Amino acid sequence: MAHINVEKNIPGIRSLVLFRPETGKPLYELAQVLLRGASILSEAERELIAAYVSYRNDCMFCMKSHAAAARCLFGAEKNLVDEVLNDMQQSNVSDKMKALLHIAGKVQILGKEVKPEDITAAGALGATDKEMHDTVLIAASFSMFNRYVDGLASFTPSDEAVYEEMGKRMAKGYVPPPSPKGE
Amino acid sequence: MPHINFNNNFPGIRSAMAYSPETAAPMGVLAEILLRSNDGLLAAERELIGMYVSYLNDCFYCNHSHGAIACIYLGGDTALIEQVKKDYTNAPISDELKSLLAIAAKVQQGGKFVTTEDIATAKATGATDKEIHDTVLIAATFCMFNRYVDGLATTTPTDMDSYPLRAKQIVDNGYGNHVFTNKQPI
Repeated sequence: MAHINVEKNIPGIRSLVLFRPETGKPLYELAQVLLRGASILSEAERELIAAYVSYRNDCMFCMKSHAAAARCLFGAEKNLVDEVLNDMQQSNVSDKMKALLHIAGKVQILGKEVKPEDITAAGALGATDKEMHDTVLIAASFSMFNRYVDGLASFTPSDEAVYEEMGKRMAKGYVPPPSPKGE
Repeated sequence: MPHINFNNNFPGIRSAMAYSPETAAPMGVLAEILLRSNDGLLAAERELIGMYVSYLNDCFYCNHSHGAIACIYLGGDTALIEQVKKDYTNAPISDELKSLLAIAAKVQQGGKFVTTEDIATAKATGATDKEIHDTVLIAATFCMFNRYVDGLATTTPTDMDSYPLRAKQIVDNGYGNHVFTNKQPI
C-alpha cells in the first residue's frame, strides 16, 4: 500500500503524477526529451540503460516497464535486454555499450564512482562526449525515478502482461496521464 | 577536471545544463515548482532537505549551493545550516521537519528503505500527504542532481564567497535556464 493516499489501482509513477500533476509534468517532459529526444544513442539503448539502472536500484516497477519498452524498441534483437539484465558483461551488446552501461552502473552507486579511466575506456571504444553525457544523465534521472516510485511505495503490479502493454505505450513516448477529474 | 568537454566554464550543474539545454529545461521547471514554494513545506525547509541529501551524497557543489540558498531564506543563520547537516535531531527545527529529514535520509539510501514507521512518525508530527510526497520527491531529485554534477565531474568552485552570490541569484530569479544564459554573478 502506498505511503500516501493515491488512486489504488493505478500503478507506479502514474499514480504519483496524478497525485501532483504540477511536478509530474516536468518529470514526464524530462523522460521524453532524455529517452526520445535527439541523441546519438538509439531510443532502445537509452531504455536499456534505464532498465539496467532500475535493476541495480532494485526498483521492479521501473525495471520491468523500461525493459518492456526496450524490448519493443530493439525488435528482432529484444533478447539483448534480458541478456544485459542477467549478466551485462557476458551479453551480446557492443563493447561500447558495455562501457557505457558500466558508467551507468557507477553513477547508480554515486557520481564520484565514475573515474577518468571509465571515461577513457568508453572513449577508446568510440563513445562520444554526448553519449557519455546522456548515459550519466539517464542513470542519474533513474536514480531519482526509482526512489520516487519506491520511496512512496507506489503500486507495483505482479502481472507480467501489464508491463508488456506499458512497454508498447512507452515506446511511443512519454505523456502525463490525464487527470481523472478532466483538469 | 570534467569528464567531457562542456564548451563552457560555468560552475557545477550550470556547465552541464549549458551543454544540454533541452534536458536542462524540464529540470529547471521541476526545481522551480518543488523548491520555490511555501505551500505546505516552506521554501527554506525544501532547500534544507535538498542540502541534507546532497551532504549525505557527498556532493560539495550541491550541498554548499543549497545551503547558501537556505541560509538566505533563514536570515543568514549559518550555524543552523551546519547543525542540520551534522546533527539535525538536536537542531532548533520542528519535530515535523526532523521526521521529514529522516525520510529524506532513507530515500537517499534507496526508496525501499522508507518504512511505514517512518511515515507514521511523520504523520504523527502533523506532516500531510503532500508534505511527505514533496519530501520524497525532493530527496529523489537531489539524488539525480548530485549524480549529474559528480558523475560528469563538473567544476566545483573553491571560492566559498561565490556560493552566496549564486544563491542570491536563485533567490531573486528562481531556477531555470536563465542561470546559464544570464551573466554569472562572479
